[in-house]
Amino acid sequence: MKTQKEPFLKKKWVQSLIASLFCVVLGLLIGYIVLLFINPKGAWDAIGTVVKNFFTYPNPKVALKYFGSTLVKTAPLLMCALSIQFAYKVGLFNIGAAGQYVVGAGACLYMALAWDLPWWICLLGAMAAGAVLGSISGLLKSYCNVNEVISGIMLNWISLYTVNMILSNVKESASPYTYQLASFNPSALIPSMGLGKLFSNNQYVTIAVPLAILMAVVIKIIQDKTLFGYELKATGFSKSAAKYCGMKENRNIILTLAIAGALAGMGAALLFLTGYEQWQCTQSSVPAMGFNGIAATFLGGLSPIGTVIASYFIQHITSGGAYVDKTMYSSQISDLISALIIYLCGFVLFLKYFMNSRIAKREEKASAAAKAAEAASEKESIEPKDVDPNEKGGEE
Amino acid sequence: MTLLLQYTLIFASVLVLVALGGCFSEHSGVINLGLEGIMVMGALGGALAMKYMSADTSSFIMIVVVILAAILVGMIYASLLAVACVNFKADQTIVGTALNMLATAGATVIVKAINTAENPDNVSSTMQYVGAKRAFLVNIDGFEFNWFMLVAVLALLAAAVTLYKTRFGLRLMACGEHPQAADSVGINVYKMRWAGVLISGALGGLGGIVYITAGVSEWKFENGVAGFGFLALAVMIFGQWKPGRIALAALLFGLFRALSNVYAGFGFLTALNIPGSVYNMMPYIISLVVLAFTSRKSRAPKSEGIPYDKGQR
Repeated sequence: MKTQKEPFLKKKWVQSLIASLFCVVLGLLIGYIVLLFINPKGAWDAIGTVVKNFFTYPNPKVALKYFGSTLVKTAPLLMCALSIQFAYKVGLFNIGAAGQYVVGAGACLYMALAWDLPWWICLLGAMAAGAVLGSISGLLKSYCNVNEVISGIMLNWISLYTVNMILSNVKESASPYTYQLASFNPSALIPSMGLGKLFSNNQYVTIAVPLAILMAVVIKIIQDKTLFGYELKATGFSKSAAKYCGMKENRNIILTLAIAGALAGMGAALLFLTGYEQWQCTQSSVPAMGFNGIAATFLGGLSPIGTVIASYFIQHITSGGAYVDKTMYSSQISDLISALIIYLCGFVLFLKYFMNSRIAKREEKASAAAKAAEAASEKESIEPKDVDPNEKGGEE
Repeated sequence: MTLLLQYTLIFASVLVLVALGGCFSEHSGVINLGLEGIMVMGALGGALAMKYMSADTSSFIMIVVVILAAILVGMIYASLLAVACVNFKADQTIVGTALNMLATAGATVIVKAINTAENPDNVSSTMQYVGAKRAFLVNIDGFEFNWFMLVAVLALLAAAVTLYKTRFGLRLMACGEHPQAADSVGINVYKMRWAGVLISGALGGLGGIVYITAGVSEWKFENGVAGFGFLALAVMIFGQWKPGRIALAALLFGLFRALSNVYAGFGFLTALNIPGSVYNMMPYIISLVVLAFTSRKSRAPKSEGIPYDKGQR
């Protein structure tokens, strides 16, 4: 029946793109206004620095190296965002991704430093730890009716304290940081396979980056092309309808959160097993990675591929925040911008509704005009095809 | 022992205030997951008031101004939630989460800006209010009575009366149970939901300032309020959305939170040789266990979390 070409603005991905761009521009604008309030002199430079990130280095080689570093941190962010996206499609808000990320970090670092295991086992361990934490939330949700947001937050704090305690066993005696992977157990480092050379010898750029992107593709395929993905989405649309169709909705919820947890745990492994960062055992707040993942998910229009781009953007401005002039502003300005972006994403649904109703009104007008024309001259019949270019011309 | 009692009461006061805030918002039909962020913002407002008032202001004025500042900032911040969730029908979970992140980031940026403006070498997000804090305390025989405890009790009584004995409270609850029915008898659902969210902003902001003055006299805003807003939500669920039960639940949770502050003072607890982190985890673990047992037969307002659409049947 779909003979008519859909108007450009009606396409889902176009609408998502417009909505996301709207959020980004408005988020940056409000961030800029906040900077103006703090100190009007350097505000333009500061917001420019946040957006430029590694381009602030004039030397292209150095810039390339720091581009690599941004990519290194994009990989875990993307995994957290995928974790949240995967759960959100089933109607679950996995705010516990932050905690699943924490236990992933704890598991992979402990396995690497205390048991001297190779990287891929540590990676699997991190995934398993995240999955266990995720399924706790899932069990509580499906059998005890505990809101997954609240249980997720509680588990975030519990896992932070636990991991701090466990990793204290493998930390340097003089500092709160865990041992350097490179000197302690190089076999636990994720192999670079020559990728680092592409980024001016940035040894932290490893196969972790393509691995994360690969996972995004896998998630996309699972959601769009498999029976399992279909069942999960159906459960998300209506739990009772899915149950009525014979889908096991409790099993689906637990499984979803377990997979989401595994993704977030893997994200932690993809960062900490590059040796780029060490865990600080006196950390008193849950790492922001899992929360920034929320920003990336919604900015990415809830599609795995959009999430890849959005994750890069969020990490780009987060890294850029580190370069602002510290005598005037703080690096948290980029956290502020990502938080604003999430807030604005709350309005996306309304924005899309607004766009659709505008289009619908136009179509109605066009068809009314067509009908009027038909009535006026009955001999001339106007096909719906002729209506199309009319309304297209009218669109801004 | 007095120390444990003192900390239990002050943490319970925080939980009562914030949980009542959540209670009002949810009874009107809006899930307020942004309570944590509202607490941070209220704390910031109160802390700024303490910072900029001269130290020799009388205690009474100090208390009133700080409370009003916290309430005002909390309400302004909560209106961000109300605009998005009541007028624009946004997803309440996303907006609440965004508000939590926004509050911590925003408060950090503001406090750091103030600190660096005063002293370019000071890039910390810590704010001190040692002198001003004394206004809230009355020392009775080693027990530090905090005026906020009284405020919490008054808020509890006021909340119970408002919800069950006034026209406004009953209408508010109707909007959370069945907004269409409420609308059909002439209640403006949007207005009621705005009122619910604003009240939760006021109580949440107040809870925030109580929390950062409980036991410490400086606060590092980078840490937010460490999940306390969510503990308050757990208290609210455990209290089945009823003020009386919320107070009891808050006492229980306050006790466990207080233990992590004062466990070192008890001979038998230190003899057990449990690491401090375990005590820090306790409130969260307890709340998970409690929620697991009480959420099944939850008496949540029926229409909470669903944006009200006039045209829907």
